[in-house]
Amino acid sequence: MKRFVPLIVFLALAGLFGFGIWWNTWHDPRYVPSPLINKPAPNFALPELDAPAQTVTKASLLGKPYLLNVFGSWCVACAEEHPVLMADGRQLSIELVGYDYKDAPADAKAWLRDNGNPYDVVIADQSGRTAIDFGVYGAPESFLIDAKGVIRYKHIGPLTPRVIARELQPAIAALKREAP
Amino acid sequence: MRLRALLFAVMLAFAGHALAATGAIEPLPFKDHAQEVRFQKLTKQLRCLVCQNEDLADSNASLARDLRLEVFQLMQQGKTDAQIKQYLVARYSDFVLYDPPLQPGTWLLWFGPLAILLAGAAVVVVAIRRHNRGDGPLDDDTPAYGGQAANEPANTGDDW
Repeated sequence: MKRFVPLIVFLALAGLFGFGIWWNTWHDPRYVPSPLINKPAPNFALPELDAPAQTVTKASLLGKPYLLNVFGSWCVACAEEHPVLMADGRQLSIELVGYDYKDAPADAKAWLRDNGNPYDVVIADQSGRTAIDFGVYGAPESFLIDAKGVIRYKHIGPLTPRVIARELQPAIAALKREAP
Repeated sequence: MRLRALLFAVMLAFAGHALAATGAIEPLPFKDHAQEVRFQKLTKQLRCLVCQNEDLADSNASLARDLRLEVFQLMQQGKTDAQIKQYLVARYSDFVLYDPPLQPGTWLLWFGPLAILLAGAAVVVVAIRRHNRGDGPLDDDTPAYGGQAANEPANTGDDW
């Protein structure tokens, strides 16, 4: 029995290191869980990108669920996500609100003109101050907000067809089911 | 002599780089020195979300700059350190704190090392007890003290 001790120790260590490798390939170390899930979205009042005189507020969006998609013309991963929103955005059958994050309005407008605009409305947060209230720490990020203004789901990083099929669509379906 | 001059030039180049790096962090209009010290201390305890191995005080990321400004403004409003931390935790979760709070989810983190230390101590105590009783495994294959010297040359210490 004693002679197996080194083998057992070796296998235990191999198991531990194997778990470490598996864990690090599987989870994103940059992922920060949002404490805002199932909490009311913060109040905000931001100008529309195309009509800065118009202000969009949390209250003005209440009544129907919407997907708040944080993007920026400077953001590389957003360019990766954009074609997916162009292709699948309509099929989500939910209002798409673009959140232009820390961007020059002219750049954002040009970007949307060149790549297409999948959003129903785009709001602009040039300073990034409101984004702090949303706990945004990068772009792209997407928040699913229900008719009562509660954040129900958040995705950090680009939306991919896989994420949409596996997470976003079920979350939207759940919202639709509870709506009268 | 020329080598020394070269070395000096290289050091100067690095010094310039370091100065440029610290200069990139924007100055804030602190009320007094005490407030600045407090700000530095607080932002050292907060994590930059984008570059997670950097604290808020040292990071040059654009979000870190925004958060520093936010911390500064909260300070001007007379918020305490605890309130400012709470403000950030409510938005970014415990991840913003370098010091993880003690809660059920972090028990392993806080007490794990102590548990491993105690386990190691227990193994050592058991091994020593067995050895002293003379029935341990150590005695089975280790010759008694002095037995070694008979067939090995004495260690004179000059074999290196």
